[in-house]
Amino acid sequence: MSAITTPITQAPEAWSLTYRGKVAMACLIIAESAIFTIFVVAYLFYVGKSLTGPTPREVLETPIFYTICLLSSSLTIHVASGFLERGKRGSFLGFWLLTIVLGALFIYGTAQEWHRLIYEHGLTISTNLFGTTYYSLVGLHATHVTVGLLMLTVVLLFGLSGHVGREQSARVDVLSMYWHFVDAVWVVVFTVVYVLGR
Amino acid sequence: MAGKHKTERPVLVGRATRILVLLGGILLAASLCNATTPSENAVPSIFDPRSTQAESIYHLSRFVLAITGLIFLVVFSLLAYVVIKFRNRTVDATSEPAQVYGSTQIELAWTVIPILIVVVLFLATARVIHAIQDAPKPAAAVEVTAIGHQFWWEFRYPALGIVTANELHIPVSDPAHPTPTFLKLLSADTDHSFWVPQLAGKTDLIPNKVNETWIDSHQTGVFLGQCAQYCGTQHAKMLLRVSVDSPEEFQTWAQAEKQPANQDDREIAGKRVFERTACVNCHAIGATNATGHFGPDLTHLMSRHTIAAGAAENTKENLRLWIQNPDAIKPGSLMPAMKLSDVDLDALVRYLETLQ
Amino acid sequence: MSSDAMAIQTAEVRGAQPWVQTLHEWVTTVDHKRLGILYVLLALIFLIIGGIEATIIRIQLMRPHNDFVSPQVFNRMFTMHGTTMIFFVIMPVMFGFANYLVPLMIGARDMAFPRLNAFSFWLTAFGACLLYFSLIGGSGLYGAGNAPDVGWWAYAPLTSRAFSPGHSSDYWTIALLVSGFGSVGAGINIIGTILCMRCPGMKLGRMPLLAWLNLVMAGLVLITITPLSAAQIMLLVDRYLGGHFFDTQAGGSAALWMHFFWIFGHPEVYILVIPAFAFVSEIIPVFSRKPIFGYPVMVGATVAIAFVSLSVWAHHMFSIGMSSYSNSFFVLTTMVIAVPTGIKIFNWLGTMWGGKIQFKIPMLFCIGFLFQFLIAGLTGIMQGAAPFDWQLTGSYFVVAHFHYVIVGGIVFALFAAFYYWFPKITGRMLNETLGKLHFWLFLIGFHLTFDTMHIPGMLGMPRRIYTYEPGRGWDTWNLIVTIGAFIQGVAILVFVANLVFSYFSGPKAGNDPWDAWTLEWSVSSPPPAYNFASIPTVASRRPLWDRKHPEDPDSRYE
Repeated sequence: MSAITTPITQAPEAWSLTYRGKVAMACLIIAESAIFTIFVVAYLFYVGKSLTGPTPREVLETPIFYTICLLSSSLTIHVASGFLERGKRGSFLGFWLLTIVLGALFIYGTAQEWHRLIYEHGLTISTNLFGTTYYSLVGLHATHVTVGLLMLTVVLLFGLSGHVGREQSARVDVLSMYWHFVDAVWVVVFTVVYVLGR
Repeated sequence: MAGKHKTERPVLVGRATRILVLLGGILLAASLCNATTPSENAVPSIFDPRSTQAESIYHLSRFVLAITGLIFLVVFSLLAYVVIKFRNRTVDATSEPAQVYGSTQIELAWTVIPILIVVVLFLATARVIHAIQDAPKPAAAVEVTAIGHQFWWEFRYPALGIVTANELHIPVSDPAHPTPTFLKLLSADTDHSFWVPQLAGKTDLIPNKVNETWIDSHQTGVFLGQCAQYCGTQHAKMLLRVSVDSPEEFQTWAQAEKQPANQDDREIAGKRVFERTACVNCHAIGATNATGHFGPDLTHLMSRHTIAAGAAENTKENLRLWIQNPDAIKPGSLMPAMKLSDVDLDALVRYLETLQ
Repeated sequence: MSSDAMAIQTAEVRGAQPWVQTLHEWVTTVDHKRLGILYVLLALIFLIIGGIEATIIRIQLMRPHNDFVSPQVFNRMFTMHGTTMIFFVIMPVMFGFANYLVPLMIGARDMAFPRLNAFSFWLTAFGACLLYFSLIGGSGLYGAGNAPDVGWWAYAPLTSRAFSPGHSSDYWTIALLVSGFGSVGAGINIIGTILCMRCPGMKLGRMPLLAWLNLVMAGLVLITITPLSAAQIMLLVDRYLGGHFFDTQAGGSAALWMHFFWIFGHPEVYILVIPAFAFVSEIIPVFSRKPIFGYPVMVGATVAIAFVSLSVWAHHMFSIGMSSYSNSFFVLTTMVIAVPTGIKIFNWLGTMWGGKIQFKIPMLFCIGFLFQFLIAGLTGIMQGAAPFDWQLTGSYFVVAHFHYVIVGGIVFALFAAFYYWFPKITGRMLNETLGKLHFWLFLIGFHLTFDTMHIPGMLGMPRRIYTYEPGRGWDTWNLIVTIGAFIQGVAILVFVANLVFSYFSGPKAGNDPWDAWTLEWSVSSPPPAYNFASIPTVASRRPLWDRKHPEDPDSRYE
């Protein structure tokens, strides 16, 4: 028997399935959410259980400004995507750059906070349970933000050299899904660390 | 490729019979293994319970086995029937059997019935869990704190002021006036598990966690067990020996254990060796300057049947070998070879033998 | 695509090119069929290695106070055996079959992300090599820095710096972290392929069950492997950055590691078994000459199993001192998962009922699977009753139970899959005589070992012990277990010999040696590089049945 195919007995209706990039990113987000969940569970489990050392209440300062930066970057990336879909490359690049700046500000804020915690309060990852869980959870999130910023920058560079247009809109949407995820994780981390955990 | 072979039926029936006979033989042999000698119960079988807790587990296990056994018989019979009845008998490759896609009623039936079985099993199980884990501690209970170490057991009787190692003595419990033993389980290093099958289900010893178990045995005897949670190199030789004593025997034992160490001046040379070398860093002997806690308390070393947590019998030769070269008995244990001269070693062993 | 264009060449022409070129094609391939084969070959290599480790264990335990190996070596053996078999044998072989079969069965030309596919495979292979590098990589204190010896669950605080100096634990951690990312990549790929690449007409309700079950498996992978990865990152933080996640001296919790590990560990065994269910669900219908009984229920039951499996994890922790309420909860969920699992067994029986069963070799292995999976499930229920488990857990009863599932269930289903799809993959049939020898030898060896193994467990023998005391009634049983292990070893050798011999001189298979009904049997054996000359359109769950029986197509009844 040769490799014959099923004869088409009727004209098939329009057959289109979801864009696989979106499906893959959704899967990655689900997987990453599981990782973050475990770190959040560890954080919550160890609240109040440190035997020694600084406690959250003593040393944490709520990073309102930097949180606003990160969360607004979700808005700007959403706007940027919208512009790209409509082919407005210039506006897209502007808002894309703004997203990167806001994200970079957030990382700067995290770095500043860690500097203060380490040098003024002596809180490191090995100080006590709070230090271990705090730096791990916030650090894991910051790593994801950094990776996101790197990818956003790559797209920016491609965009500046004229390679990003309406045809790349779907791929850019996939990347912005990741960015929204990173922001959503921050909402959870913020609540757990700066609200519940204190 | 559709050629038919010789009839498979005798082959399959033969196979099924073989397997059943094998299983039956195994079960029979297992049940025979419950035979025990009067004083020491050599086979720590979970189906030979000698305490309240072990018995209630045993009764639950029989119930569960009965139900699962029944399920096995039903489903296996179905499988055997199907395999025999619906085998392809003809060489006729072009006729296919009736193509049946499913049946809602049948699906419902074999969903509902298992759910009912699950409910029954769950309720029976939950009852026993509660009875064992939430058992109240009577006032007359004997309290023991068990601390797991790599690779030995420390037993403390806080109310009696006794510290010993590896071999647990508990009083038999009279159903009319119960005197069960409640053990608080702690760990000094990694995870361990206290398992003496004939006396209780296993409970783990986890660092930074306090667990509890209890033994309420109505018959005297010696029961064997060992650590059941992998704890490192010598997990295999962290053995347990529980002696359920009559009230008088327990009193005698407890009184002897409470005494300070035997001050036998004939073996002063050996005692000096002990006091002046690293032994005192790890071991304690009551009423001497040895107060180390890393290793077992040796005050009444000679009251034990075994040394090195059951790894060897407590004889002069083994004691000597253990001190000279622990790796010969228990390679990877945390006792270092003491590198003593023969003279010192012999004196030391003679001294240790006075620690009744 | 040029490297794949070369795959169109016949074997004779390919034989003329330098072997380096062939090697280069294979190393750089992104073709799902080749990657599938690479996964399977990786698994077979590590099956042999894991089997050698098991043999060493069994020789040591053959009699009490044996000194075949030292306790240190023994402890490394059981750690490596478990880790290897789960992460570098069963998982890769399942990904291999999924990679090979899923695109063919759904009428696609490749997986959704061919390069991710290759990347995932090489991550897995690298992880395996890293784990085994530990055998020679450096030696720290006490000879540590050798293979990990902490058990495949790596319980804390045994894995802390204090109790595991050297790097042996780090090899375990990092090797699995790396291959874990590979597994997640494979999972993403399978989901993307199944959701986005099905051929026209193949609605989700018309996919072969193998596709459905691999979809569920892949979904489980995403949320199962990742908790282990998270815990392993925490362990590395403890070991290298001075963290205290599992540091009991600093108030940390050893039980937390257990929870995290088993939140991975239990769904993991469903990741292992669901593809086995998939094989059996494809093979039993063909050799019963009937469609699968209750297709929608089979899908539903599998999804239910996946969901419930996320809630049972602490049945591995019944002895750690959780409250009676926690224990009871996990008893309930553990018993509940038996319901959809039982439904599947009944549906397979229902498929065979009223059929015309052909006892070809794949079917023999499937029947073995049914018998043994039934027993394994029942011993699982026994352990689900927590007080009974307080006696059974940590003993050889558990070891017998899970080997019954994995070897008696999963490996039997795998053998069935090998005999069933080898013709499609290579174009040649596996030898019948060797196949029957393999089946009977393995069956006898399996039962001798694993039926018997339950007994020392019930007589008080804990697991993970390098030796045991004589006179506890364990001696003879252990000897019998070891004998069975050797018989299984011989059977595996027969199997490997069959694979090699048949690859070179087996009879030609043709497109459809089994008269089956799914799309992979509509193309040549082996399939061309592009799979389908033109993408098919399907109207039912059994497109080839429709084609072979145009007067009575499935589409009329679904």
